Amino acid sequence: MSRISLSSFRRSQNARRLAAWIIGALVLAVMTGPSGTTTTPTAGFTGSLLHPRVLGYLAFGVVMWALSTARVRSRDRVHSATRGVQELREKLLGDNRVRYGAYLILLVAAILVPTALNSFWQEVLVDQIGVFVLLAVGLNVVVGYAGLLDLGYIAFYAIGAYSAAYWTGALPVHPILHLNPFYVIPLAILAAVAAGVILGVPTLRLRGDYLAIVTLGFGEIISIVATNLSSVTGGAQGIIGIPHFSVHLSSFHYQWGLSNLPYYYLLLGFVVIVLVAFRSLENSRVGRALAAIREDEVAAEASGVGVLKYKVMAFAIGASTSGFAGLLFASKISFVAPGDFTVQLSILILVLVTFGGMGSLPGAVLGAAVLQWAPEYLRNHPILGFQQQDLYIYLGALLVVMMIFRPSGIWPSRRRRRELALAEEGVGTADAMSGSSDPAAGPG
Amino acid sequence: MSAPTTVADAIVSVEDVHLRFGGVVSLAGVSLTQERGEILSVIGPNGAGKTSLFNCLTGVYHPQMGKIIFRPSPDDEVSIIGRKPHRVNQVGIARTFQTSRLFNALTAFENVKIGVESRQHTGPIGAMLHLPRTVREEKDSDARTVELLDFVGLRRRGDEIASGLPYGDQRRLEIARALGTGPKLLLLDEPAAGTNPSEKLALEQLIRRVNRELGVSVLLIEHDMRLVMSVADRVTVLNFGRVIASGTPGEVQRDPAVVEAYLGRVDTEEPGGEG
Repeated sequence: MSRISLSSFRRSQNARRLAAWIIGALVLAVMTGPSGTTTTPTAGFTGSLLHPRVLGYLAFGVVMWALSTARVRSRDRVHSATRGVQELREKLLGDNRVRYGAYLILLVAAILVPTALNSFWQEVLVDQIGVFVLLAVGLNVVVGYAGLLDLGYIAFYAIGAYSAAYWTGALPVHPILHLNPFYVIPLAILAAVAAGVILGVPTLRLRGDYLAIVTLGFGEIISIVATNLSSVTGGAQGIIGIPHFSVHLSSFHYQWGLSNLPYYYLLLGFVVIVLVAFRSLENSRVGRALAAIREDEVAAEASGVGVLKYKVMAFAIGASTSGFAGLLFASKISFVAPGDFTVQLSILILVLVTFGGMGSLPGAVLGAAVLQWAPEYLRNHPILGFQQQDLYIYLGALLVVMMIFRPSGIWPSRRRRRELALAEEGVGTADAMSGSSDPAAGPG
Repeated sequence: MSAPTTVADAIVSVEDVHLRFGGVVSLAGVSLTQERGEILSVIGPNGAGKTSLFNCLTGVYHPQMGKIIFRPSPDDEVSIIGRKPHRVNQVGIARTFQTSRLFNALTAFENVKIGVESRQHTGPIGAMLHLPRTVREEKDSDARTVELLDFVGLRRRGDEIASGLPYGDQRRLEIARALGTGPKLLLLDEPAAGTNPSEKLALEQLIRRVNRELGVSVLLIEHDMRLVMSVADRVTVLNFGRVIASGTPGEVQRDPAVVEAYLGRVDTEEPGGEG
């Protein structure tokens, strides 16, 4: 009797969920506990699992299990309740007055709030958030709009940064004339676009996974070249002395110095311009063509959309944004080094976009802002504090959880949400990375 | 029978096209000619090469031998072989697919508009800066899209998600999207597959209207014999990658080779079963 009920309990969803939460809690206990050393290699486990703290984690696991069970039980009710919220949101977002009002409030907040922050947070706002918002928004065009997996995105950032160093005369090799960073903007963008097109034309013929590998390789090439071509790039220790932005009109002189606030406003201006431009792009012929390609490449081609051309276009637009961000960053901290341009950073930006919501502009901004702000805020938190080198563990875990519970991101694009909903019903693929790629039809 | 007949004003002529996949011969010297303004139907048993022929005509497959000449206007010749699918579309051949391939997560309106816009020129810079040409093109394409949705009877469903439409509407939406690209020749790959009788009737009328009102020549692959016989001006029959008969529906129906190869089995034919 008892055996029967035990085995049926073991098979039940509930029991499995409980086991999952308890295992998860124990993993958390180990992760947050002391780490082992060469002399005590098992300290990570023994020190963590034999500690009274474990009870706390177990309690947490059980509470989460209870909550998730309640959530499953009331799924339908939750669905209908959130549908109301969802519809309200759609309606509000659909109303132009509400939308522009919200934009205005956000803009005013973005202008006023930083003045109240201390210099640490102002710096985070520029170096961590502002630059990465720009990067995320750019990658969103490539990954979100066109559905291309670009793992070498940071290479274009490097190209922008080194363009800044070159044209302002900071590199060992000197340009024909030294320029103010403002004049370097078109040149850096052009260099990044050129690199994007040169890389894109041959590789964007490839499908999904191959593109990821090629871009990964490209990212490595750029970072290795930057490290080893020291006669041109200054090598591994990097280049210092990239000038700040400055304006020299007849009697008006202004230089963006080391303080963060002026840079913040400069960056804010650029970000707003880029956002407005990309919003227009999304709702244009080009944006729709990219959506078509993502949905069904074969049908897009049959409808007269030149797939390669638009893919290269999206890739180059992403590259240009990345290059632009590189220029801004290099000029802000007036320093570039190859160590800044790692694959990890490409992946981080991909995480920002995925977390925010692929294909969604507000999602990319929000994803970058939240994920770049949270570690800075939590790092020295008394309870939630963590080691910097563990950051990617938590980001990875967060991404896994996101993909299970909310794969469309925290602020999904309407199209993407539909695609995922359709995929659940078995219509089409929500595989944004490779798109559909089977030939029109079998031989008939 | 398979020799190319000389036609005064052919919109498309296929000459001795061979298509192989490794050792499998899909098309073994197909020749056919379609007159401008006519509705030509290609029929044949499963595996006869109908869809392969379509894929050759639209640049998806590249035949190893033969010629495909398309004449967008009487004194303009374009060779199709070697052209990419979107380039083929741009010279004036649009198509639909055997199982409809809509942009499922987009609205019906957007589906058609993408087709319409493929004829426009706004690039990314224009789109980002809202240049006057972009604004004008947006307006034009919106108007044209509404016209086309109206034409296929989906005007009021424009805001619905394509995949949410009933099957028959999806097929008509696909036709509207193809028409959006402004074709001279429309290839329909089994448009009636999977539709119910009343949808079939509406489709028959739609094909006629595309042909008469828009002056678009139609090349139709179809298994539904009633539809073919009522709508086609001429019929070409394929079997084993060859043309075995060609003529008016009545002539073809009486052709012994056709009866043997195809019509004798029409009652057991599964529509839409062709790979």
